Amino acid sequence: MIRSEPPALLTGSFSQASLLRLYHRFRALDRNKKGYLSRMDLQQIGALAVNPLGERIIDSFFPDGNLRLDFPGFVRVLAHFRPIDDEDPGIRDPKEPEPLNSRMNKLRFAFQLYDLDRDGKISRHEMLQVLRLMVGVQVTEEQLESIADRTVQEADEDGDGAVSFLEFTKSLEKMDIEQKMSIRILK
Amino acid sequence: MLCAALPLLWLPLAGAAATEEPTPEPGSPGEPPPGLALFRWQWHEVEAPYLVALWILVASLAKIVFHLSRKVTSLVPESCLLILLGLVLGGIVLAVAKKAEYQLEPGTFFLFLLPPIVLDSGYFMPSRLFFDNLGAILTYAVVGTLWNAFTTGAALWGLQQAGLVAPRVQASLLDFLLFGSLISAVDPVAVLAVFEEVHVNDTLFIIVFGESLLNDAVTVVLYKVCNSFVEMGSANVQATDYLKGVASLFVVSLGGAAVGLVFAFLLALTTRFTKRVRIIEPLLVFLLAYAAYLTAEMASLSAILAVTMCGLGCKKYVEANISHKSRTAVKYTMKTLASCAETVIFMLLGISAVDSSKWAWDSGLVLGTLFFILFFRALGVVLQTWVLNQFRLVPLDKIDQVVMSYGGLRGAVAFALVILLDKTKVPAKDYFVATTIVVVFFTVIVQGLTIKPLVKWLKVKRSEHHKPTLNQELHEHTFDHILAAVEDVVGHHGYHYWRDRWEQFDKKYLSQLLMRRSAYRIRDQIWDVYYRLNIRDAISFVDQGGHILSSTGLTLPSMPSRNSMAETSVTNLLRESGSGACLDLQVIDTVRSGRDREDAVMHHLLCGGLYKPRRRVVCLNQDPNKAHILHLYKASCSRHFISEDAQERQDKEVFQQNMKRRLESFKSTKHNICFTKSKPRPRKTSRKKKDGLANTEATNGKPPRNLSVQDTAAVILTVESEEEEESDSSETEKEDDEGIIFVARATSEVLQEVKVSGSLEVCPSPRIIPPSPTCAEKELPWKSGQGDLAVYVSSETTKIVPVDMQTGWNQSISSLESLASPPCTQAPTVTRLPPCPLAAEEPQHPFNLPYDPRPSFAFPPSLAKAGRSRSESSADIPQQQELQPLMGYEDRTHLSPGTANSHWCIQFNKGSRL
Repeated sequence: MIRSEPPALLTGSFSQASLLRLYHRFRALDRNKKGYLSRMDLQQIGALAVNPLGERIIDSFFPDGNLRLDFPGFVRVLAHFRPIDDEDPGIRDPKEPEPLNSRMNKLRFAFQLYDLDRDGKISRHEMLQVLRLMVGVQVTEEQLESIADRTVQEADEDGDGAVSFLEFTKSLEKMDIEQKMSIRILK
Repeated sequence: MLCAALPLLWLPLAGAAATEEPTPEPGSPGEPPPGLALFRWQWHEVEAPYLVALWILVASLAKIVFHLSRKVTSLVPESCLLILLGLVLGGIVLAVAKKAEYQLEPGTFFLFLLPPIVLDSGYFMPSRLFFDNLGAILTYAVVGTLWNAFTTGAALWGLQQAGLVAPRVQASLLDFLLFGSLISAVDPVAVLAVFEEVHVNDTLFIIVFGESLLNDAVTVVLYKVCNSFVEMGSANVQATDYLKGVASLFVVSLGGAAVGLVFAFLLALTTRFTKRVRIIEPLLVFLLAYAAYLTAEMASLSAILAVTMCGLGCKKYVEANISHKSRTAVKYTMKTLASCAETVIFMLLGISAVDSSKWAWDSGLVLGTLFFILFFRALGVVLQTWVLNQFRLVPLDKIDQVVMSYGGLRGAVAFALVILLDKTKVPAKDYFVATTIVVVFFTVIVQGLTIKPLVKWLKVKRSEHHKPTLNQELHEHTFDHILAAVEDVVGHHGYHYWRDRWEQFDKKYLSQLLMRRSAYRIRDQIWDVYYRLNIRDAISFVDQGGHILSSTGLTLPSMPSRNSMAETSVTNLLRESGSGACLDLQVIDTVRSGRDREDAVMHHLLCGGLYKPRRRVVCLNQDPNKAHILHLYKASCSRHFISEDAQERQDKEVFQQNMKRRLESFKSTKHNICFTKSKPRPRKTSRKKKDGLANTEATNGKPPRNLSVQDTAAVILTVESEEEEESDSSETEKEDDEGIIFVARATSEVLQEVKVSGSLEVCPSPRIIPPSPTCAEKELPWKSGQGDLAVYVSSETTKIVPVDMQTGWNQSISSLESLASPPCTQAPTVTRLPPCPLAAEEPQHPFNLPYDPRPSFAFPPSLAKAGRSRSESSADIPQQQELQPLMGYEDRTHLSPGTANSHWCIQFNKGSRL
């Protein structure tokens, strides 16, 4: 089963055990044994439905309007959350694309959860939407807006009223992203 | 019992109060009733609390003394100093009372001294960090402590078997295990005291500190089990007893934690209903936490664990429920109590060590113990870390392990436990006591002293504290949700999954139940950060605005913008300031935004328009009606005031102001002169008057200010206050203000430029230098604000300068130059324009001010004034009258350039010479 998957597709460079584990999970999620996952399959996960960002995270599994998620795609998304292994930082060919679990790619994953219209910027409106999801109903709309304003302004450096990816990374430069966006089990 | 600390005080007074020596207690049965005593001495009634208060006072005073020297406290941890102080005090007490007093009683320690410290650490424990590392903490606390206890005990027994411990130490294997169990536990008090000053990174700190808190359960269990085994006698111990011992580990730890959580629940629930009686909120926190401690202690559970869990569990809800003031009260009371207890503990430890009657020294035992606890601690840490790193996302590296091994300090808990041993059952108790004291002293003093250099040397990652930002908070939540979702997708129910579950549960039920409705509504972490940021901004805003207002003494109705600003909320303010502005007002200071500029204008307005009661003041004003450099001028005039007292200064200033106004109106009406020109005059005249006949009087007491001139001219005034003072013989008041440096740069085109500049807007914008200038204030005037300042210039300044005035300027320039620097050859020459001929001092401020290389030259106000005053003396008759004295002054300076005073420094470019 796992052997049948061409390893070249598995950009995540997961360990064999992890791949096997993920493959089992993939098959378990695939209810109708159709060989791919649909949005419905992911929405069935109970806890994901409660997650305020659940819908958006499911979206990120289906880039470019795809309706089907095959196993390589599944793995590729999850590869963002592989812990960064510090063993071979120098060995890698610089021409190779950055591994999916690099700090930048982790941040990019988070960024695109905010950036709904994919214009490379988190506008105030997009920020407000996220805040509405996260803060919950206890805070009034007006307060939410002022929070959104402030959040955008805080990170906004070039004064365009939106947070670009660069500004996004800058606002988080002190945070240990490698640690906060990794799951050990995905080694 | 005599109070050894107060023998001298007590004895004479006692003698005076009571006639009977042996029983000073009044009203003792043997005496006849003494009748109504005018004065009664009742030491014994207050003795106990009095002594307690006294000891705490001594300890606190000692702390103050320690912190008098920053150098000492930066090198030596406070705990070391306290222990040493305790040793000294103990020695004194021993010498005076001939017996050891005031020892660290285990009962006192466990019931009164330990709870505040543990509560403080539990309550203020960073819970997220704690739970993130819970696995490691638990491992080190349970496995590590067990490992340490058994290996140390067994190794000591082995040492004894090997004959390295003197045979008079009668101890069996069980005794050694008992000793090992009490000596092996890392002590929370000692760890906290030392690590708080070391500032290692958060993860490392929470692991060591969390371990020291949680290992209490293990220590208690081990100690009790071993103790009971020893008391039973090793022969009578059954196999079931061992099982019971193991079971009791779970009972004691889980039971303690459960007690703590129950009380945390009660506490949170109680504080939900204190809306009407806010005043008891802090009390409730302490009472219920203490109740948790006592309950756990009563049930022989781990009391430390109970209080830790109580503090950890209740904090979120309690903080939400109680009022802001109560929160502050809780925080400070808790910190005070903990600090007090810690101080007393360390001091009493020192005192207790003096009592040699409890000691029995055995070098083999002491050295062996020291070696074993260090060795096994290190070994245990390495082994456990190796295992843990298999499961940790971020492995603990070798440096972390070194610090963890070395940070395993022993403290008062071990000492109290060893004192509690029953000597009849443990014959080697005295040896154990001595060994424990040595171990505690060694770890606290030697390791405490060396851990800071070690951490520095190993370059351990330090904790970095940065201000929370909304972005970080928001994104952190996003990350949490993402990780939880990914774990869902992967189907692995790991840490993030459970944390997410817990948060859902907490949101749905616990918070609803334990938080009052109003608190629950606003209790969101993102909102909380936003709220705190706003508060901070508001405070800094008020600080800033308050400063401006205070410097002027009142709010002006004429300053609508300032007023409106004060009224708007910070958020609105931020929104107003637009995208270019940073949210943080502190940042706004450094970012030149429209708001900032507006502030500056306001500032100038205020400064110019109002009398300032403060010394540093004055500046220019841009009155809507009269905009002028004149004011600038005048502002500089005020410098000349020497203020012996505020009243005098005020009078002078008012006078000066009037003077200036008169002049202005006079000039404007009469000659329709550019204000820039007129400016010099008023200043001189006012100064003239002030100085009066005595030209010798220097310009003194000028409030220093920085003048910034538009980009056409770089003029910087620096007043050397010290020099001024010296120059001014009559003045006693010293101004410790920054000086004003006048840097004028002129190019060869001065002539034309002067004309141009006359028509140009010359905008002097001197600013008040507040006592604590903000970045913006420092930066604004000349560096950054040059272009912007033009905005403030009123149209009146743009009047055309009459030709005669221009010539006058030129003349004045040339005269100034000639007088100041006769044969100037150097490129940029610094010349001093002496307002006061008496003082001949060099300006101490180097001209490191930004040089404006632009050739364009605007007449610096001061120059203009000076030059004009000369030229006009011939040109304008009416003005001349007023300027007359000034002219004399200038002439004098001209005559004696060598004695030129340095108050005014004018720096010319080469080309400026005519």
